[in-house]
Amino acid sequence: MVGPILQVENLVKRYGDVEALRGVSFTIEEGEVFGLLGPNGAGKTTTVEILEGLRTLDSGRVSVCDLDPQRDPEALKQEIGAALQATSLPDKIRVIEAIRLFASFYKRHRDPIELLKRFGLDEKRNAFYGQLSGGQKQRLALAMALVNNPRVCFLDEPTAGLDPQVRREIYDVIEELRREKKTVLLTTHYIEEAERLCDRVAIVDHGKVIAFGTPRELKAHSGGTTRIEVRLSKPESNGALKTLEGVVDAREVDGAYVLHSQRPPQTIVSLVKHLEAHGNELVSLEIATPSLEDVFIELTGRRLRD
Amino acid sequence: MRNFATLTSMRIRLALRNKMFFFFSIVMPFTFFFLWLGVFAKGSQAACSFYLGSVLAFNVMGSFWGLSATLVMFREQGILRRFHVAPVTAADMLASSVVANFALTIPTVVAELIFARLVFHVSTAGNLPGIFILISIGTISFASLGLVIASVTNTMQETQILNQLLWLPLIFLSGATIPLAYLNPMVQRVGLFLPATYLVNAMQQTIVHSASPASRYVEIISLSCWALITFFLSAQLFRWEPEAKTPRKAKLLVAATAIPFLLLGVWENRTDRILKEAKSAFEVMQGPSRPSAGRMSTQPANSTNPSNKSQN
Repeated sequence: MVGPILQVENLVKRYGDVEALRGVSFTIEEGEVFGLLGPNGAGKTTTVEILEGLRTLDSGRVSVCDLDPQRDPEALKQEIGAALQATSLPDKIRVIEAIRLFASFYKRHRDPIELLKRFGLDEKRNAFYGQLSGGQKQRLALAMALVNNPRVCFLDEPTAGLDPQVRREIYDVIEELRREKKTVLLTTHYIEEAERLCDRVAIVDHGKVIAFGTPRELKAHSGGTTRIEVRLSKPESNGALKTLEGVVDAREVDGAYVLHSQRPPQTIVSLVKHLEAHGNELVSLEIATPSLEDVFIELTGRRLRD
Repeated sequence: MRNFATLTSMRIRLALRNKMFFFFSIVMPFTFFFLWLGVFAKGSQAACSFYLGSVLAFNVMGSFWGLSATLVMFREQGILRRFHVAPVTAADMLASSVVANFALTIPTVVAELIFARLVFHVSTAGNLPGIFILISIGTISFASLGLVIASVTNTMQETQILNQLLWLPLIFLSGATIPLAYLNPMVQRVGLFLPATYLVNAMQQTIVHSASPASRYVEIISLSCWALITFFLSAQLFRWEPEAKTPRKAKLLVAATAIPFLLLGVWENRTDRILKEAKSAFEVMQGPSRPSAGRMSTQPANSTNPSNKSQN
């Protein structure tokens, strides 16, 4: 029986008085795309950078490809690939030079030209890094993360700051990695990304894993209810909304009311009657199947992108 | 070793594509070269030889400026952290910076030696192996100083301020711009604590008096020790991450880089060897017909300096 390729046990990291990680634990099996989903500042990047050997940990235990990132950083770096956040390359380096340079650092590496073709950068091979668009830079970062054919690939917010069209291009690339059975640890604050790309997700908040499972399992946490989000002309109490027919949960989030209902049609009828009786009016109403965002709201009372 | 070689070649290519490099490493050194040898030397061959030593030393000393700025820019832009997640070590990064800088400095120096011969008819460039050794050790030691500056400063602004604070005394108190023998006696004594003074003096002795590398062992050994200390320290203090700050305790360690020339400065202030040599070279430059303009406060120049193989 082969153990997990990546293990994190009770990971703690402090920056001065701030506790960035407060006992994070999870494991990743070989060949799965694992997502760390959480708002900015939740501790996702710190976790990933400790696993990559870029930061030290205060307590806990981590292992990547059976290596300790603190003790064997050089051996570890041969086994992993990474697309970091807040990183760059010199403006005057050509695309082909950059990928060849990084290929030269590893004992085993892929053909740089084949990688550029795969990431749609073949035509840009002689362009300077500074001339690339945001999407092209990100695709190059992903190509470079794969240059050593890594056993584990870390993608830290790979689509942050990209427009939706480019984001979808990146999703296609990551889905291809998933089909190839690459082990990927992806961090994101986009619900869609986690739901679409990840086999399993850990939801992190304030330096802790607050929920863990496949996207389907996590959503089942919401009890198979339908999400009804309403905006009203006057404030309402959560308590009153909870008494509506079929409603299992009601809470206010950013001035809107999010109701979870087991019988949506009855809930809407009883909501309208309730509002009429109290001289209140419906401003907007949205119905959706629950997403990981609802799981997050249920667990924390906040939206993911607060 | 392989990482070091590929990084060095990348650094050279990037520098050649950089307009700032073109200005600071080609336009500026040649401007100084033609200004000193073409204007200040007033057509005297002896003066051209004398100033050639200053100009070459000046070129070499500039190494620290570009290197510290590039490294800090790489760190601020998150370029270094991309290398950090690959199997690249701090020593790879630093050694490639020093060697790339060396490879980029040599052609300018060679061109200046050729121009000195062809344009200003400097009949002898002195002891060529000696010049090569001094240029090499000078470039490596001042480049290592650049690495230490990059390690102890947190932002580009801080780097530029520190560079300025170091650059001005290095060029004005060492004889690289104004001949040492021409400076106020007190200032000359302060100059003896600067590594640049030893580089300038050794270079002038090597060119003007064809001094052999063996006779310049004090300068060669002291600059080599300094290079080793600064390089070692820069590797200890190296930071990949923009937000990583240097601990104050580590900044104190930087004071260690001043030790070799602090000790040598005390010694040289007692013996006056360098000041005598500087005066002798200055007098040769002025020629026998003109009275000495030097403000030497020490004993009269010893024209048969034992450290010189021959005199021009």
